Amino acid sequence: MVKEIFLPLDDTAVSALHAGDKILLTGEIYVARDAAHERIVAAIKNGEKPPFEIAEAAVYYAGPAPVKPGEIIGVIGPTTAGRMDSYTPFLLERGLRVMIGKGKRSAEVVEAMRKRKAVYLGAAGGAAVLLQSSVAEAETIAWPELGPEAVLRLKIKQMPLVVVIDCEGNSLYETGQAAAKMLIAETER
Amino acid sequence: MNKIYEIKADEIKSLAVSLLLKANIQLSEGMKQLVRNAREAEKMPLAREILADLAKNAELAEEKQLPMCQDCGLAVIFAEIGQDVHITGGDITETLNEAVREAYEKGFLRKSVDLDPLFNRENSKDNTPAVIHYSIVPGSSVKITVSPKGMGSENMSRLFMLKPSDGISGVLNAVTETVEKAGANPCPPIVLGIGIGGNFETVALAAKKALLKPEGKRNTDERYAKLEEEIISRCNKLGIGAAGYGGTVTVLDAHIIALPTHIAGLPVAVNVCCHALRHAEGTIVGRAAEVFSDG
Repeated sequence: MVKEIFLPLDDTAVSALHAGDKILLTGEIYVARDAAHERIVAAIKNGEKPPFEIAEAAVYYAGPAPVKPGEIIGVIGPTTAGRMDSYTPFLLERGLRVMIGKGKRSAEVVEAMRKRKAVYLGAAGGAAVLLQSSVAEAETIAWPELGPEAVLRLKIKQMPLVVVIDCEGNSLYETGQAAAKMLIAETER
Repeated sequence: MNKIYEIKADEIKSLAVSLLLKANIQLSEGMKQLVRNAREAEKMPLAREILADLAKNAELAEEKQLPMCQDCGLAVIFAEIGQDVHITGGDITETLNEAVREAYEKGFLRKSVDLDPLFNRENSKDNTPAVIHYSIVPGSSVKITVSPKGMGSENMSRLFMLKPSDGISGVLNAVTETVEKAGANPCPPIVLGIGIGGNFETVALAAKKALLKPEGKRNTDERYAKLEEEIISRCNKLGIGAAGYGGTVTVLDAHIIALPTHIAGLPVAVNVCCHALRHAEGTIVGRAAEVFSDG
């Protein structure tokens, strides 16, 4: 069953998401990756305003391809979330609520997610054209000179995602892979 | 009597541009087949859905003429230059970089090159410089192979300097450990290019070249064919599956290139690639230009 989820999410809505749930996500998200994370954290530490309000925000770790005329945005699949791990607990402490990406997160990130009730959603790596089609609006809001690493605001409509790590720290990477291993062991018996 | 064969730099540029566009937009028939096979073989429902998404993504990219992945990679180019060829009208390296500029602009491909790796990570904004590997080969033509490769899977690639006594099991363990540690990061299902032997730099290049071997075909050397099969089977028991969500298909394909090596060494390089294994190749035949005597 696919759940339809609307942003922003409060504590109750986040708690209702469990690792392994398939969802269709609708609402406003921000695109930020490596260089943008470095700048956002530096800005906050310098007492400056980050390009978007971190509290309750949803961040998509991605760097789209250039926009082809007639399209809303370039193709946009997820990038490896683990590269943002060193910045993430700092942002979670400031209320970051939703992260969208692919790949493993550090123990520190998962711990901070549990404390602050945040969720990590997986987008299928390599499905950039499919994911592009759920973007309804796109706007560059900071650091255009970073090219594919600029910060964007997107309105997404029914983006197909999977809950990978929920706010209790359960991880689909662990449970899903353990289930597959069991299935493999059974077929070998 | 020796003959010289002429090829214009511009011809090489046009070929490279079209190959770079094709590779980024169109998944090869061989890779499409491997993804279809994986979908049929996969036993976990969520992983099967992801595999269906990847197949659909490839179709959509072709239909809309868009890159299949936003990470259009470093432009890796293999240029095999026939030794009887004279390239006229331009610097070959500049020609290939110009092809990269043109293709990445024209195809709305993402430019992902930072000029300095450490002190100033400024984007070159045209995806140059390309990573170019030249080789001089017999003959009178130029073969260009392009293989744009994203960093998600490249970051999960590894090099091991094993001991000769580590043997076959040492190689198997190195490869399996690479896949296990990579987990969900390289956008599984993946293809493995494996170099064995040579030295520190040649083993890495062999691993990269191994990724370009024909999809789904095992090694012509039976011993290595068996090892490739064993690698695929062992890695698929890890349970990682498509997107790392858990599944019975993690590795789609594995290719080995073995090289002569030193008596004291057993280098092993594992180049990990996602299902978007992009490659395209083409050849330009030189025109006989001039006949002159040895005298």
